[in-house]
Amino acid sequence: MTNREKYVQVFVDSFSVNPDQLDENFVYQCVPEWDSIGHMGMIASLEETFDIMMETDDIIDFGSFTKGIELLAKYDVTI
Amino acid sequence: MDFITNLNSFSTRPCVTTQNNSYTYAEIIEFSESLASLFVNKSLVFLLCGNNEETLIGYLACLKSKSIPLLINEHLDEKLLANLILHYQPSYIWGTQLTNHSFSSIFSWGNYNLQKADIGIDHNFHDDLALLLMTSGTTGSSKLVRLSHKNIDSNTNSIINALKIDKLDKPITTLPFNYTYGLSIINSHLASGCELIFTDSSIVNKEFWNLLIQKKATTFGGVPYTYQMLDRFGFEKMDLPSITKITQAGGKLTKELSLKFSQICATKGIEFIVMYGQTEATARMSYLPNSYSISKAGSIGKAVLGGHFYLINSEGKKIETPNVEGELIYEGPNVCLGYAENSFDLSKGDENNGILHTGDIAMIDEEGFYYIKGRLKRFIKVFGNRVSLDEIESIAVENGFKCVCTGKEDKLIIVTEDNDAITPLKQTISKITKIHPTSISVKHIELIPRNESGKVLYNELNRLINL
Repeated sequence: MTNREKYVQVFVDSFSVNPDQLDENFVYQCVPEWDSIGHMGMIASLEETFDIMMETDDIIDFGSFTKGIELLAKYDVTI
Repeated sequence: MDFITNLNSFSTRPCVTTQNNSYTYAEIIEFSESLASLFVNKSLVFLLCGNNEETLIGYLACLKSKSIPLLINEHLDEKLLANLILHYQPSYIWGTQLTNHSFSSIFSWGNYNLQKADIGIDHNFHDDLALLLMTSGTTGSSKLVRLSHKNIDSNTNSIINALKIDKLDKPITTLPFNYTYGLSIINSHLASGCELIFTDSSIVNKEFWNLLIQKKATTFGGVPYTYQMLDRFGFEKMDLPSITKITQAGGKLTKELSLKFSQICATKGIEFIVMYGQTEATARMSYLPNSYSISKAGSIGKAVLGGHFYLINSEGKKIETPNVEGELIYEGPNVCLGYAENSFDLSKGDENNGILHTGDIAMIDEEGFYYIKGRLKRFIKVFGNRVSLDEIESIAVENGFKCVCTGKEDKLIIVTEDNDAITPLKQTISKITKIHPTSISVKHIELIPRNESGKVLYNELNRLINL
């Protein structure tokens, strides 16, 4: 799996969404599953998938599917 | 004097601050009075609650006009809301959602509309009744808790006393308005003339922390999950100079985490206060004073002013010796009048006489501090919200599933004999109850253990699934 596929899969699993829903409009609370609980679950899942440990500032700044791609670059993960 | 009347004395002080707006007490009172003037007589009002000024105005308008509000989360599933409307027939709904064809909008303020029932019914309210809260925010059960003005005023005063709230305290919202603990934070700070910061952002959002820092919030409350997240964030490294006091309630924080936060807070000069409460007690019954937060970590402390605890054994006899487990009983002026299952029950008076059987198993140590050890009844707490396992079972049955529910701490476990139902069960229950899918696990077993009369043997079931 490419990083892109892995990244998409984390969203699909965390928020029970279809991959085609994932674009720049996919933001925090746009689906009921992406609440604070879902958010932390997604972060944990990304950390496991890419073997990284995210900083608090990045966890709270992770407001959208697109923003996440930008933030993960800081951890040398190219989506 | 009741706290609603008392608000007038804070006239020019700031009352509510949001990202974009701020209002003084005088403004909030004026807006709530104009809304109150629209209610014909004492009416039943459904308040669809968010952490916003509209909700506060609706709440105060009801209390001022002696109308009876039912506080409902604005995100409650539409079907569950429709069911509540059918069940209780409110005269008004105050909220953003246009919910129902039998209601017409008659007024709007901010993002909220006042919708009036086209055909209203006259409810018969008991004189003591002031407020209705839901027993469960997620299952949308029609079983409500009936609270009186005395309940609200007494608990508000006990909390102000316990936390030494003064007018310089400035809370920021972290819990839903309709949630008993969230409402208690709002009541106790309003009654003290504080400025409240309202936001629907959560602690996982940058906006929340920016607002907290920018508006210099001094305090917030959290359920165990809030503290688990703060722990993950590395609370010890977070720079929050304005915060002076934080509280924890809504479920049992592990002793380890409780101790960890007590120690971090001690170094940071923040008071950390663990509390214990239930909707049936108008929110909070006990607190562990900050000075004991380390030495008595894991304890819920002692009863708030005006209340007291004791323990009873399975025969209903008082337990007099320390370190013996029994059911925790609370007595105090904040114990609710009782429950309502339908609109006729709104005319009922006080059925509890100030005594609450908490359903929690607890013990007391030699120095009089209480510790929660477990639950007597079939409830679990998911992210601070009480979830009745029996209610989840009925929801599943209503949706065509054959299953039973069990659980432990914050995890809901659904057990079914139908292998094909595993995925749809999880999706359906999560969708209806808004319980996050990660907190639900569905297990398959060949045969659910039952006794001769068909009653589920839950202890046997838990053993079979290794719970």
